[in-house]
Amino acid sequence: MEITVTINGKSHTAEVEPRTLLVQFIREQVGLTGTNIGCDTSSCGACSVHVDGEAAKSCTLLAVQADGCSITTIEGMASADGTLHPMQQAFMENHGLQCGYCTPGMVMAATSLLAENPNPTEEEVRIGLEGNLCRCTGYHNIVQSVLACAKS
Amino acid sequence: MTMTDDTTGVLGQRLLRREDPALLTGEARYTSDLPIPGALHLAVLRSPYARARILSVDTSAAAAMPGVTAVFSGADLADAWAGPMPCAWPVTEDMKSPTHYPLAVGQANYVGDGVACVLATSATAARDALDAIEVEYEPLEAVIDLEDALSDRVVIHDEIGTNRSYTWDLKIEESEGQVDRAFADAAYSVKARYIQQRLIPAAMEPRAVAAIPQPFGGDMTLYSATQVPHILKVMTALTLGIPEHQLRVVAPAVGGGFGSKLNVYAEELLCVALAKRTGSPVRWTETRSEGNQATIHGRGQIQDIELAADSDGRLTAVRVRLIGDMGAYLQLVTPGVPLLGAFLYAGVYELPKAYDFSCTSVFTNMTPTDAYRGAGRPEATYAIERAMDTLAAEIGIDPLELRRRNFIPTEAYPYEAMTGLVYDSGDHDRAATLAAEMIDYAGVRARQESQNVPGAAKRLGIGVSTYFEMCGLAPSRVLASLNYGAGGWEAATVRVLPTNKIQVVTGTAPHGQGHETAWSMIVAEKMGVSPDDVDVLHSDTAIAPLGLDTYGSRSLSVGGVAIAMACDKVIDKAKQIAAHQLEANPDDLEFSGGEFRVAGSPDRAMPLAAVAFEAFTAHNLPDGLEPNLEAHTTYDPPNFSWPFGTHMCLVEVDTETGEVDVLKYVAVDDCGNQVNPLIVDGQVHGGVVQGLAQALFEEAVYDADGNLQTSTLAEYLVPAASDVPAIETGHTITPSPTNQLGVKGIGEAGTIASTPAVINAIVDALSGLGVRDVPMPASPNTVWRAINEAQGGQQ
Repeated sequence: MEITVTINGKSHTAEVEPRTLLVQFIREQVGLTGTNIGCDTSSCGACSVHVDGEAAKSCTLLAVQADGCSITTIEGMASADGTLHPMQQAFMENHGLQCGYCTPGMVMAATSLLAENPNPTEEEVRIGLEGNLCRCTGYHNIVQSVLACAKS
Repeated sequence: MTMTDDTTGVLGQRLLRREDPALLTGEARYTSDLPIPGALHLAVLRSPYARARILSVDTSAAAAMPGVTAVFSGADLADAWAGPMPCAWPVTEDMKSPTHYPLAVGQANYVGDGVACVLATSATAARDALDAIEVEYEPLEAVIDLEDALSDRVVIHDEIGTNRSYTWDLKIEESEGQVDRAFADAAYSVKARYIQQRLIPAAMEPRAVAAIPQPFGGDMTLYSATQVPHILKVMTALTLGIPEHQLRVVAPAVGGGFGSKLNVYAEELLCVALAKRTGSPVRWTETRSEGNQATIHGRGQIQDIELAADSDGRLTAVRVRLIGDMGAYLQLVTPGVPLLGAFLYAGVYELPKAYDFSCTSVFTNMTPTDAYRGAGRPEATYAIERAMDTLAAEIGIDPLELRRRNFIPTEAYPYEAMTGLVYDSGDHDRAATLAAEMIDYAGVRARQESQNVPGAAKRLGIGVSTYFEMCGLAPSRVLASLNYGAGGWEAATVRVLPTNKIQVVTGTAPHGQGHETAWSMIVAEKMGVSPDDVDVLHSDTAIAPLGLDTYGSRSLSVGGVAIAMACDKVIDKAKQIAAHQLEANPDDLEFSGGEFRVAGSPDRAMPLAAVAFEAFTAHNLPDGLEPNLEAHTTYDPPNFSWPFGTHMCLVEVDTETGEVDVLKYVAVDDCGNQVNPLIVDGQVHGGVVQGLAQALFEEAVYDADGNLQTSTLAEYLVPAASDVPAIETGHTITPSPTNQLGVKGIGEAGTIASTPAVINAIVDALSGLGVRDVPMPASPNTVWRAINEAQGGQQ
């Protein structure tokens, strides 16, 4: 099937198998490998992207379901001049990442969380991120990063 | 990160990580991100039975599927291996190890054991074809229970004739019979059994491999999501019989390991063997469900521990009996894991030479176990720290007070323990006092008086855990005495480039620990340059040919110290060049702030930058001195390093639902001097939550037939942010006297300390209800049952 998807502002038209997951399309056909795959049960959130402005796990959508959608991946977050997105900057300043594998998904989920709730409490951040797993940080500094970003 | 011009005092700063921009923007490449044109995709067919004879494998239908290049059974690849899969730690001379090949031949021994594989032009085509492979199995009875395994009622591997792999003893007595006498004479003694449940490491990046051959040149490059590119290179060369010098191993960005990537796996060997056979690149990426079965598990022990104490509660003897669950086969260091704990069952306490440890390890029809964050040391610490609480209850004194009475006194350091190991430095009372202040220990005890009254729905509990982490697995001679198959050294090269930028080559292999940042800080401090001017090269055996990689909290205390020593060698050489240029005696030169100065003549000076350029042009060097500024060090440390600390956990337990709410968690860790406290805290946070996860959530559950019931992340409960508390960190600093940086490791401390702190807190909360123990994981159901049982089933 042919689909047209806008990713990070650029339009992509491609032929996909009906069973192709959005995350496979993004990684394998578009070649944007910043979106990671951490599980096969939609449990870990490593593949979170923004679909029409809202965070979604790109393993839970078929590529054909994203036909006509506008998608932002981690590669679309920093400015063209290299300036990090405020959430990326907050993760860096608060040591909100270690191995980095969950990080793209965390950043996408966290920005979506702040878009809905610009001034969350610590508990709201923890609950808001419960669809995204991290094995390195114990979440402490991820939560600090999101709170710091909200403050700035 | 940008630094100020004043580069002195870089060590100890909370410098932001240079690794982060690439990881935060998606620019970093993990193994499965690498573009590899023409690669064939590997998929592995895995046994659905825990134990079954493989009667036949018919690959013909699968081979005819679209996109499929080839299909192989275990028997088809029998000639691909020069030897079986490696176990590098034969802990005893008579240790039994069943033959283990990347694909099983004749018999599959756990659910997930590979029996056949497919190569295809896409990953989906390869996986689709797995369904078309016809395997005829004869299911056999599986052995899941450790004591059942020990009985040899059913012997899993005919070739070794028993399920017992080895028995390893460590008995230390001042005079024969001392342990028995101590128990006979004890004023107090306690005996307990603890179960270390199996855990699934679940690093967020699944394993991934790519092997790229050069069919005509003869070289092979192996990319792998591994913690141990150097060890993997040696073992792959040996197992496949390929010349080691033609094999290059690269670990690109690696998404966590926790020991699960400290191994040599079937899929790594399959990719290399099949790339060699087909002449095409071969790649494989694990699915999570596959990984839960086919990547090593951690823990898996039955621990029986007995403590004897005098009338003051001071320990007089410790006896430990372990049964270790090896799983179906021995992986790289599987049998050694219980031994790593063997030296720590006396914790941070003074114990006379009255110690009796024995471990018997058995095979079962489950996924092989191996090192998982802490590896042996969390198990040991759990047993002694739980038993100390039980002893305190027996004596009727506060558990913190009992610990204080037994602490190795600060003035006794360096302290030769009854095992003969020398603990480098420690101040247990200071760490415990700080933790008690941070959590308001006395205040909590007072609150308990009013809250934990009969009939209270929610009871407050505080748990204490004090620990040692024996880390930086070394020195090599000590490892030899344990029959470990490698040394404990680490290599470093420091190279000053003509423009005064510095390259560091390290044998460590980071996968989230921030070595690039930390190592650049060490060099900056030593050489008087900005960390920005230091590049750190690692994890590629073509660039860093020597190394022993990253595990066991060894990287800083061995690898980081090696870098500091290489800097010293470079400075020594540079001093000779500067002295020559300044027409001074090298002994009269001082080096600080990146500049050589003649002592007493501040105007006679030469910056390192100028020396570097002189070394490069070699126009005017002292007679006999080689050009360029570069030095190599291989450092074999004189001792392990011994981080220590006290963790305390405050919980509230709902006695009606069994739910545990962690209200506060305090971690006081002493890892000696800290290179970068930001990274230290991050290591502690993550470690604590991993240990807390064992205490409260995680367990690899098998049914009686050996089917893994927690094969996905939907069933295996890795905690989310909402499941865990904020972690309050505190530190004391007691430098290690055994290395010039005064550093110790910190990678596993959190995991070692936290599990007993959490369970001690839960038991403390429920002690008024008669609860003496709660098994792990302390799920609401488990906690409720413990309460109900203590109440005589009346709840």
